[in-house]
Amino acid sequence: MNSYLDIDHISITFPTDSGPLNVLNNVDLNVAKGEFISLIGHSGCGKSTVLNIVAGLLNATEGGVVLEEKEVTEPGPDRAVVFQHHSLLPWLSVYDNVRLAVDQVFKRTKSKKERHEWTLHNLDLVHMGHALDRKPDEISGGMKQRVGIARALAMEPKVMLMDEPFGALDSLTRTHMQDSLMEIQAELNNTVIMITHDVDEAVLLSDRIIMMTNGPSATIGEILNIDLPKPRNRLELAEDPAYNHYRAEVVKFLHERHQTLTKDESSEKSSVVSLSSKSRQADDENQKKSEVVKKASGEY
Amino acid sequence: MALISAETATSTFNMPRFERFLSYMASDEWNKAVTKAARAIMIPLAALLVFLMLWSIGAKSIVTSLGVFPGPSTVWEQSLSLYDEHQSERIKAAAFYERMGKRVDKAIADGKPQKKIEKLRNRKYTGKETFIDQIFTSLKTVLVGFLFASLIAIPAGIICGMSAILYTAVNPLIQLFKPISPLAWLPLVTMVVSAVYVTSDPMFPKAFLTSAITVTLCCLWPTLINTIVGVSGVDKDLINVSRVLRLNAFTKTVKIILPSAIPLIFTGLRLSLSTGWMVLIAAEMLAQNPGLGKFVWDEFQNGSSNSLARIMVAVLVIGFIGFLLDRIMLLIQRKVSWDKNAVLR
Ligand SMILES: Nc1ncnc2c1ncn2[C@@H]1O[C@H](COP(=O)(O)OP(=O)(O)OP(=O)(O)O)[C@@H](O)[C@H]1O
Ligand SMILES: [Mg+2]
Repeated sequence: MNSYLDIDHISITFPTDSGPLNVLNNVDLNVAKGEFISLIGHSGCGKSTVLNIVAGLLNATEGGVVLEEKEVTEPGPDRAVVFQHHSLLPWLSVYDNVRLAVDQVFKRTKSKKERHEWTLHNLDLVHMGHALDRKPDEISGGMKQRVGIARALAMEPKVMLMDEPFGALDSLTRTHMQDSLMEIQAELNNTVIMITHDVDEAVLLSDRIIMMTNGPSATIGEILNIDLPKPRNRLELAEDPAYNHYRAEVVKFLHERHQTLTKDESSEKSSVVSLSSKSRQADDENQKKSEVVKKASGEY
Repeated sequence: MALISAETATSTFNMPRFERFLSYMASDEWNKAVTKAARAIMIPLAALLVFLMLWSIGAKSIVTSLGVFPGPSTVWEQSLSLYDEHQSERIKAAAFYERMGKRVDKAIADGKPQKKIEKLRNRKYTGKETFIDQIFTSLKTVLVGFLFASLIAIPAGIICGMSAILYTAVNPLIQLFKPISPLAWLPLVTMVVSAVYVTSDPMFPKAFLTSAITVTLCCLWPTLINTIVGVSGVDKDLINVSRVLRLNAFTKTVKIILPSAIPLIFTGLRLSLSTGWMVLIAAEMLAQNPGLGKFVWDEFQNGSSNSLARIMVAVLVIGFIGFLLDRIMLLIQRKVSWDKNAVLR
C-alpha cells in the first residue's frame, strides 16, 4: 500500500552501560494524509522514541520512515515537532519565536511582508495575537504551548508531531487547548501524530489510537479506529455509548498491560503480600508501581 | 509624593503643599521608606565605623621597624598628600611644556634648522610617575590583558563547547595550564617579549606588554572553562528545535547557543577580570613594571616613616578598583542578559 507516511518496520536498540537495550521492535504503521493519530502506552515504552525517529532526530537501527515517497534521514521543518516542554527560546518574544521558524522555512518563497503576515496569522490561529511582544517567561504554560503549536503550524509541515503537548497543563487549560486544536484541525486538516497519556484526549481528537505494548522491545499492541463524526463536542459525546465504548477499550488495554507488567514481580513478592495488613498492601503496591516504572525505563 | 497611597491622597487633596508634606511625614509610608533607607545605608555604614574603630585600635598596638602601623587617620593624610604630589607634578609638567613652547617659537624666529625644531617639539616631560599615574597604568594594562584573553577565550570556548571531540582533546591542556601562578609565567614572558618584540620605535613599552601578556595568560582559563560549560549545556530541546528548523551553524550559534551561554560566559568574564587584577599587581611588583604593584614595592624599598601608610593607601585603592571593575561587569551583564529575573550578584 502506498500511504502518505509509512513507518516501515522500525526497530531501535540503544547501547547502554549494561549492554544493548532494544527499545522498539518492529513498529509498523501507515498514516493517511490528514489523519489524526494518537500514540498511547505506559510510561517508558518508547512513544517518544517513535516520534523522534519520525522527526529524524533519532535513526532507527532497522527499518525506516518514508514520507511522501521520500526516506526520512534527518530532521526538517516538514515534520514540525511540538515538544512537551514548549521549548520556546526564552530570549525571544512570542512573535520572534514564530518568526524565526517562518524566516527559516520561507526565506526564499515569501517576501518580508508576507512572512510578517504569516507569523501574525498563525499566532491569531492559536489566539495569541494579543501577546506578541511578551517573552515566554511572562506568559502562562497554556499560552507557551499555544505559541509552540503556532510555531509548528507556521512551518506548514507535512506531519505535525506532538509529544504530550498538553501533559504539563492543568485540566481546565488542557480542555481549552484540545478544543482549540480541534478547531485548527477542522480548518487545516493537518496530518498529526500525538503522544498522550490522557484517554479522553485520545478518543476525542483521534481518527485512530495506536496502543503500544510495554517495553523493552515495545511494539504496536492494538489499533483502535474511532468512528465518531467530526466535529466532535465533548459534552454531547459524554453521553454517547460509542464514545464510552472506545474509552473503555483503551482503558482496558492499558489496564491489562499494567497487569502483565506487575505479574512477574508479584510472584517473587507473594510471600510479602500474604503477610498483608492493609497499609502493608498499599505500600507494596507503590513499590511495584515504582518498579514498573524502573523496569520500563530500562533501569532493570 | 508618588508614594502616598490612594486613601491619603484623596483626604489630603485640598491641603496646602506644606501641610501635605507634614502629613506624609507622619504617615506609614514615610516610616517604611525611612526603615528601608536605614537598612540600605545605615547598616553598612555602621559596619564600616566598627571596622575603622577596630583598625585604629589594632594599628596602635603593632610597632614595626618603620614605626607604628598606620591607622585610618594617617592613611587618610597620606592619601591627601599623594594627591597633592600628583597635582604639583602636573603643574611642573605644564610649566615644562610652556617653556618648551617658547623655545620652539624662539628657534623658529632664529631660523634654526627644521630638524632641531622637531627635536625640541618632541621632547617629553620625564617627571616621576605619581600614584594617580600608576593607577591608570595598571588599569590600562589589566584592561588590555583582559580584552585579549576574552577575545581568545570566548570563541575558543564556543568551538570547544560545540564539539565533544575537540573538548576531549583540549580539556587536559586546560586543566594543566589553569593552576599555573602568574609568577611562574613572568620570567618566560619577559624573555620572550624581549626576544620577539624588537622595534626601534615601540608602540607599547616592553614592560607594559610583559604585564599585559601575563594577565592574559591567567585570565584565559575562567572564561574559557565557563564558556565551554555554558555552550555544551544548552538545553537539548532547544538544540532539537534548531535541528528541526535546519538552522545553519551561524544562525544556530547566534540565535540559540550564545544567548543560552551568556550567563555562564559572564560568570567566567567576571572571574577572569578579578583574577587578572590580582595577577597584575603581583606581576608589577615582581617585574618592576610600572603600575600600582611597582608603587607598593618602591615604597617598601624606600622605607620612610610614611611608607606603610602609603602602601596602605595603595592596598585600599587596589581593593576599591577591583570592586569597581566587578560592578562594571555586572552592569554590562544586566544590560546584555535576557533573563531579567535572574538574581545577579
Ligand atoms: N538515547 C537513549 N539511550 C538509551 N536508552 C534510551 C535512550 N532514549 C530512550 N531510551 C530508553 O528508551 C525507553 C523508551 O523511552 P521513551 O522516552 O521513548 O519512552 P516514552 O514512552 O516516551 O515514555 P514517557 O511516556 O515517560 O515519555 C526508555 O526505557 C528509555 O530509557
Ligand atoms: Mg516520552
